[in-house]
Amino acid sequence: MDAEVAVVGAGPAGLSASIEAARLGAKIVLIDENGKPGGQLFKQIHKFFGSMEHLAGLRGYDIGNKLWQRAMELKINVMLNTTVFGIFGDKTLGLLTTMGSEILRAQRIILATGGSENTIAFPGWTLPGVMGAGAAQTLINVHRVLPGKRILMVGSGNVGLIVSYQLLQAGAEVVALVEAAPKIGGYRVHAAKIQRAGVPIMVSHTVKRAHGRDYVEAATIVRVDDDLKMIPGTEKTFDVDTICLAVGLTPLSELAWMSGCKFIFVPTLGGHVPIHNEDLETTVEGIYVAGDIAGIEEASIAMEEGRLAGIAAAESLGYAREEATKLKKEIKERVQQLRRGPFGEDRYLAKQRIMKVAPR
Amino acid sequence: MRIKSHPILGDIPKRKLVKIEVDGRTIEAFEGEPIAAALLAAGIKVFRRTVKRREPRGLFCTIGQCTDCMMTVNGMPNVRTCITPVEEGMEISTQIGRGERS
Repeated sequence: MDAEVAVVGAGPAGLSASIEAARLGAKIVLIDENGKPGGQLFKQIHKFFGSMEHLAGLRGYDIGNKLWQRAMELKINVMLNTTVFGIFGDKTLGLLTTMGSEILRAQRIILATGGSENTIAFPGWTLPGVMGAGAAQTLINVHRVLPGKRILMVGSGNVGLIVSYQLLQAGAEVVALVEAAPKIGGYRVHAAKIQRAGVPIMVSHTVKRAHGRDYVEAATIVRVDDDLKMIPGTEKTFDVDTICLAVGLTPLSELAWMSGCKFIFVPTLGGHVPIHNEDLETTVEGIYVAGDIAGIEEASIAMEEGRLAGIAAAESLGYAREEATKLKKEIKERVQQLRRGPFGEDRYLAKQRIMKVAPR
Repeated sequence: MRIKSHPILGDIPKRKLVKIEVDGRTIEAFEGEPIAAALLAAGIKVFRRTVKRREPRGLFCTIGQCTDCMMTVNGMPNVRTCITPVEEGMEISTQIGRGERS
């Protein structure tokens, strides 16, 4: 099988990339290992921030439906339930489908594989009932099942704050939210919402251990000092049946490593990130990244990066030469708007660091 | 526990109810939902036991990446229950260690 552009991952970045590249005339094969497209958009039931162009005011699943509908209108070739198990020399992808394995030869590759949730280890962390916050979010918003009744949330980034609120909406009790840092990590508006609902946010606190024989029955938290060392004697134990870990994400970058892309370590963006230029092209010519693999940010940025990568890939194949420059300029301006403010600025500077070492 | 009504998502969508068997016990599940969701709704939390120390493991990532939720399904071990859809009459068992094909 052949494709002009192979896009790996049908989340917000991959769908956006496919749509733009297809719209400009490129022949796409969009691949996702899941049975449904949309990545993690369908578990986002809150309204997005930003401007009209960023689809602000729409909920994640509405955006997912919109993107999917557009992809269908453009008759994009989508392979679901298909895992890319490897990328070999000269842009050959190994696919594992439900029927067996297959080879896909592509002229350009866009990696939009997303990120995976981080964990922290503590005594009892392997007990059933300890799970990623994203896992709990999938359960309640997609599968409509509560993971438990009484929850301890660990981490006050936006994921921890939003999922806490959504657990309340789903009917669970969030007993407490602990944050090891001395201040709340995510947006103030999200924190205020759960505080108004009566959830105590305990900064300079972390989880010390989970109790239980076959599953979580209680959790002990503890205060930490400025060096994040536990302070003996400050422990508190709560009866909980679930401990959710919202301690960041890491780019899912195996395919980029395999392809020989050069990396840079950027803690602000979740760890090792494939070096990429303004057009999201990596150090391997013709291989692009977009979304969380290019640095952990948010879905709005993933969509913009996807569009950029899609347009750049199509342009490099000879499509829409005149239009591309203008389109890319508009998107780059919108991305900059999204990276404003106290939270966006760190990521903006981190991205600048990457661009500096990237090929032109 | 099922979330029957939800302030944003509304009432739980109507789906076909089927019966599946878990370690010999029959439970009701919605056709097409992940096995793991049906088990949690039935109050089952321990999905497998580890190879060496037989420690309990359950659902962890819910999106098919971590493999903590593997069980033996219709005689096949190492099935990721968080992304495997329920079918009528499925026989599911807690996986002990690496499990055995039957």
